[in-house]
Amino acid sequence: MAIAQASTSSVVGKSVKRIDVQEKVTGAAQYTDDIAFGNALHHCRVKRSPHPHALIKKINYDKALLIPGVKLVVTGEDFPEYVGLYLQDRNIFARDRVRFVGEGVAAVVASTEEIAEKALDAIDVEYELLQPVLDPEFGASKEAPIIHPDLEKYEHPNFIFPVNGTNMANHFKIRKGDTEAAWPQCAAIVEHTFRIPQVQHVPIEPHVAIAKAEENGQVTLWASTQSPFAQRALLAKSLHIPESDFRVIAPLIGGGFGCKAGVTMEAIPVAAALKLKGVPIKLLLTREEEFYTNFVRQGLVIKLKVGCDKDGNLLAMENTMYWDGGAYTEYGVNVTRAGGYSSTGPYDIPNMRTDSICVYTNHPVGGAYRGFGMAELHTGVGQIMDMLADKIGMDRTEFHLRNCVRGGDVLATGMVIHEVGLPECIDKVARALKLGEKEAPSAPNKLRGKGIALAWKAPAMPPNAGSSALVKMNADGTVNVSVGGQELGQGTFTAMAQIAAESLGVPYEAVKVLGPIDTRYSPYEWQTVASRLTWSMGNAVRNAALDAKKKILDIVAEAWNEKPEDLDIKDGYVISYKTEESIEIKDFVVYGLPKADDQGWLGGPIVGAGSFMPTYVTGLDAETGQGERAVVHYTTGAQGLDIEIDKDTGRITVLYAASAFDVGKAINPDMVRQQMEGGFVQGLSSAMFEECQLVGGEMRNPSFVDYRIATAIDVPEKIDTFIVETAQDDGPFGARGIGEHPLVPVIAALANAIYDATGVRITNPPFSAEKIYMALLEAGVVN
Amino acid sequence: MSYHRITLKVNGSLEVVDISGNMTLLQMLREKLALTGTKNGCASGECGACTVLMNGDAVNSCMVLAAECDGAEIITVEGLAKNGEMDVVQKTLVDLGAVQCGFCTPGVLISARALLNRNPHPTEFEIRDALSGNLCRCTGYNRIVEAVKVAAEIEGQEGA
Repeated sequence: MAIAQASTSSVVGKSVKRIDVQEKVTGAAQYTDDIAFGNALHHCRVKRSPHPHALIKKINYDKALLIPGVKLVVTGEDFPEYVGLYLQDRNIFARDRVRFVGEGVAAVVASTEEIAEKALDAIDVEYELLQPVLDPEFGASKEAPIIHPDLEKYEHPNFIFPVNGTNMANHFKIRKGDTEAAWPQCAAIVEHTFRIPQVQHVPIEPHVAIAKAEENGQVTLWASTQSPFAQRALLAKSLHIPESDFRVIAPLIGGGFGCKAGVTMEAIPVAAALKLKGVPIKLLLTREEEFYTNFVRQGLVIKLKVGCDKDGNLLAMENTMYWDGGAYTEYGVNVTRAGGYSSTGPYDIPNMRTDSICVYTNHPVGGAYRGFGMAELHTGVGQIMDMLADKIGMDRTEFHLRNCVRGGDVLATGMVIHEVGLPECIDKVARALKLGEKEAPSAPNKLRGKGIALAWKAPAMPPNAGSSALVKMNADGTVNVSVGGQELGQGTFTAMAQIAAESLGVPYEAVKVLGPIDTRYSPYEWQTVASRLTWSMGNAVRNAALDAKKKILDIVAEAWNEKPEDLDIKDGYVISYKTEESIEIKDFVVYGLPKADDQGWLGGPIVGAGSFMPTYVTGLDAETGQGERAVVHYTTGAQGLDIEIDKDTGRITVLYAASAFDVGKAINPDMVRQQMEGGFVQGLSSAMFEECQLVGGEMRNPSFVDYRIATAIDVPEKIDTFIVETAQDDGPFGARGIGEHPLVPVIAALANAIYDATGVRITNPPFSAEKIYMALLEAGVVN
Repeated sequence: MSYHRITLKVNGSLEVVDISGNMTLLQMLREKLALTGTKNGCASGECGACTVLMNGDAVNSCMVLAAECDGAEIITVEGLAKNGEMDVVQKTLVDLGAVQCGFCTPGVLISARALLNRNPHPTEFEIRDALSGNLCRCTGYNRIVEAVKVAAEIEGQEGA
């Protein structure tokens, strides 16, 4: 037997190429809309409310049914049950009232999309208009009309606190220390209110779903989704289908950013399919629908008061947040909760009072968006910290370093935080930007400035969100790893292959992690959200690989009459440290090994199984927000920009940007950098351009022409990224997530740079050229 | 509704296709020829995901009627590789980590190919300008720009 060469290099920490890239550059990658269903395919279009708030008096669709090719019309009458992830406040179609412009009131199924679209005009809906709620602060007041009279009846988990008889779907509180006693001790206090508008996710792939129900009770949903298992659970419950009969198939997705989490439009074709069995029914949203009918990032009004002593030590903060939850807050209530428990931002503040309130309005439905409340929160916190540093007269970087969270700090919730590399992140960004050095603008009509902001975020999820994985050995020595987490472009399949290869002891090239995710065959995963996969699913994959490894070594140990502890797997060979024997694993991981006397066999096909679920997250007190461990962990970081502003136009040019994040351990450093770059640019786009222009509840800019996102000419030519690694104690190889975080501090960092350049603080994004120019005009900087 | 039979060349193959008068080139490619590599992102000529080469020019295939393509030569992402060898822009996008979700990638590749065909030595600004009609929400663009730059260098060396 040949002695295998022991592996000297580790694949964890290496920037291997992404596993799905070949298919993506050749056009072979299959997304949901690419699946062919043949002639049986039927198409679905949705009749939508033109009103933000109205009672439905009557729906008449008799004329629609007479149109040739129309097969079915369904309405809210057909589906009385609620559906929702955290607060079950939503029906598949509006029933007795509509609560936002674009809400579905009926759906038509027809043989072609054109016929279905045409039939929508033949549906008459009679409405009685109600006063809409278009502002979250007003919505929380006693004067506001009640949008959900049945709020007290809605099911919700015990960590969501609706206030019955109001529009407040969740009120999260923190009461730590004594802010009232702290204010007189402050040498400087700053108060300010910040307003952040709704923005849209804008994946380039629109939402699409195809559903088919069989006479035998089986239901299949093909969807562009981040959450095949959550969709199965929520829809199966709402529609009274056993989960075992509900199959969700989730191919690669063309961008999610949170809008394809939970259940959104997928419920509609599923509902239609239950009434028209045997044929696949497809709903593909138009780009216009993508803009005005989907989850938005909630708008936020954040009122901050923060104070420090004469040496710049933070003493107290009061943070009141009114989240514009929109018409349904089934998912958004947890954004409010996340905003609440993280409401200090990454700062150590001994006295804290937080009220984070999710308010029903007649605006588009708020949901998950990359960062899950953190970009909005940090837009306020990241600016007011600079304002306070200036007021107390301290160097801003020194102020951030003095007050940022460090390992062992007791957070606002009472949780003691693990070691974090935030000071190192601040230092790296400050050096890269040459913060504190004033540099000359490139022309006399330009102003130049630099700004930084810090960020933190914890995975926002139920305390017991779990992952699982299977490691299946093949007879040629290759390995298939099955997971239930979705490849959104973040590279999770690649990272999982690296973790599996490293844990099992096989070459990276031998491991394949591929989609589609299929709830019938893939192991359970809660959802692909919260930057949780590298950590949570990574742990499950590692556990599955270690399980397979143990099974492999046990067989060999028995065959060789050795102890498993003396054996290991390196580069696909089992080796004995004791005898220096070796055997290639492909020789036996499926067909087993003959016993030493050749009479009979050992082993059999090897499948490793692994799970992971955090078991240590505790509840938080409803009145004080205090508890032992609010979250699993925080990823922290810092970001900065060097910008110029054209005094004649107000236009910003970003000259340079730097990001540093503490990812625990970079499983694939280049893909970590890709997240930092892409997340920064998405954040920059929201900071400079993006806003859902809601007038009377109606979105006025639902197209790429009117809702501009950053293009190749808008981004800085140079973006530096720094990876800091302070190991996560329960992360695979020490890793924690990075997917969302690079977007979190951008708005605040840009606002701080604008102030540094102009001396004018423009607090509310987007920082359009027009807005900046008008502010400079008003401040007398230009005339 | 009018119906037409058109003849065109797609990725080097001669095709005869029966189409309705309102069918777009994008629909024809995806639904009649099973070339689903070309993506539908907005169906209104704004996102660039459906970009293909039509007689050598990059066009939004959602804004071109199939009926206009009689006699045309179309290249889609599936036609970029030659004899199993990827186009240099495909290779550089892979090598430089310029692909994430991949949905904009086919359109980006076609726009890049069109640029290098008409301008083998583009400046950085010319690259950014040529790609400004291709929206990408994942990558932040810089790696794509760098990949096109490197592709131009490689092709320049090969041509020399």
